[in-house]
Amino acid sequence: MKILTSNYITCAVKACKSSTLSFPLHFQDAELVQEEVDFNAEFIVGILPRIEWDALIVTAAELGFTNLPAQKPEPTEEAPLGEQVLKDLHKLLLETQVTEGKLVCGNCQHIYNIHQGIANFLLPNHLV
Amino acid sequence: MSRPEDTLPPDLFYNDTESYKYTTSSRIKSIQSSMTQRALQLLALTSPSMVLDIGCGSGLSGEHLSSSGHIWVGMDISASMLAIALDRDTDGDLLLADMGQGVPFRPGTFDAAISISALQWLCNADSSEVSATGRLSRFFDGLYSSLKRGGKAVLQFYPKNDVQRTMITSAAVKAGFGAGLLEDDPETKNKKLYLVLTVGAGRGEVVGGAVAGRDVTDVVKGMEGVDVIDERRKGKNGKGKEIKGSKSWILRKKEQGRNKGRAVKGDSKYTGRKRRPVF
Repeated sequence: MKILTSNYITCAVKACKSSTLSFPLHFQDAELVQEEVDFNAEFIVGILPRIEWDALIVTAAELGFTNLPAQKPEPTEEAPLGEQVLKDLHKLLLETQVTEGKLVCGNCQHIYNIHQGIANFLLPNHLV
Repeated sequence: MSRPEDTLPPDLFYNDTESYKYTTSSRIKSIQSSMTQRALQLLALTSPSMVLDIGCGSGLSGEHLSSSGHIWVGMDISASMLAIALDRDTDGDLLLADMGQGVPFRPGTFDAAISISALQWLCNADSSEVSATGRLSRFFDGLYSSLKRGGKAVLQFYPKNDVQRTMITSAAVKAGFGAGLLEDDPETKNKKLYLVLTVGAGRGEVVGGAVAGRDVTDVVKGMEGVDVIDERRKGKNGKGKEIKGSKSWILRKKEQGRNKGRAVKGDSKYTGRKRRPVF
């Protein structure tokens, strides 16, 4: 599972929909792998406004990346983001993947297992 | 051809052997890829986007998304299918999830969504605890919120009959989507139905630099060989909403009587005319 996806995913349990604690899900016992993905600057620029930066910092810290800036890099008219910034983001968001581990909801403590990079989001019927 | 939906739930039907058969069949491969191309054409994405693939299976449709430069996240309920997707080394992120349980993403995350031959599975409730309508509405509600404003979804599906077709489209409209159906090769054995859904964005509203069409009629505008049949502009008394006592109702009833061989007065310009109050 890519870090980018973990910034998108929330707890699937119905009761957690209204809770702010259900996002982001927290990684536990994560095994990481770096996999090369073609760099696409346009995609990163397009995706950046929709990234929840605070959540990304939390997730990254859980996985051992603490070198993120505290503020989201905002491109402006005069100063578009530099290639290096985009490449760093690309490396973190798309190339860093979690292959094994758990995702835990901060609200209901439900555990979603990740196995071979695939998270199991199937729920028993009473939680839907 | 028998319908797999009628035999078993999807997670059980697509076991290792079925998944393998599905993925290696050259016929299914070619149909899937042509449908994915069509769906991509309908999505008309101008820049590399974040796409959700619902019912991604072994990643047959995802391949086309990757080759068009999009990043995708796929969800599927069949573990065997996902295992094959792993073997095939697909680029997308995979989730083992049931679309009938909702779409577990933060609101406004995806640029687009795509689904090839999966939606019809939602019309079956496989245990007494769930209902088909409940699953459909959870799915479309979740999909609606996870797409960004101005986002689009193209969902190809095989409805068993008109009931399923109406059930799926009305669930989509209820969730708030602007919906339209595109039918390829109608009236043939190979007909393909695409449900084209749009989120928000009024006509001509500029979203992310591109003019977002309001609904399917704008989407297919300019495409070759597409006839637009607009069911919305059929007048106030369209199908099913005929008012009792109206002119069309009277004419229909008289026709019915005639067909039954009853003595019915002929129609004239006064038939069904309102009686104004006498001055």
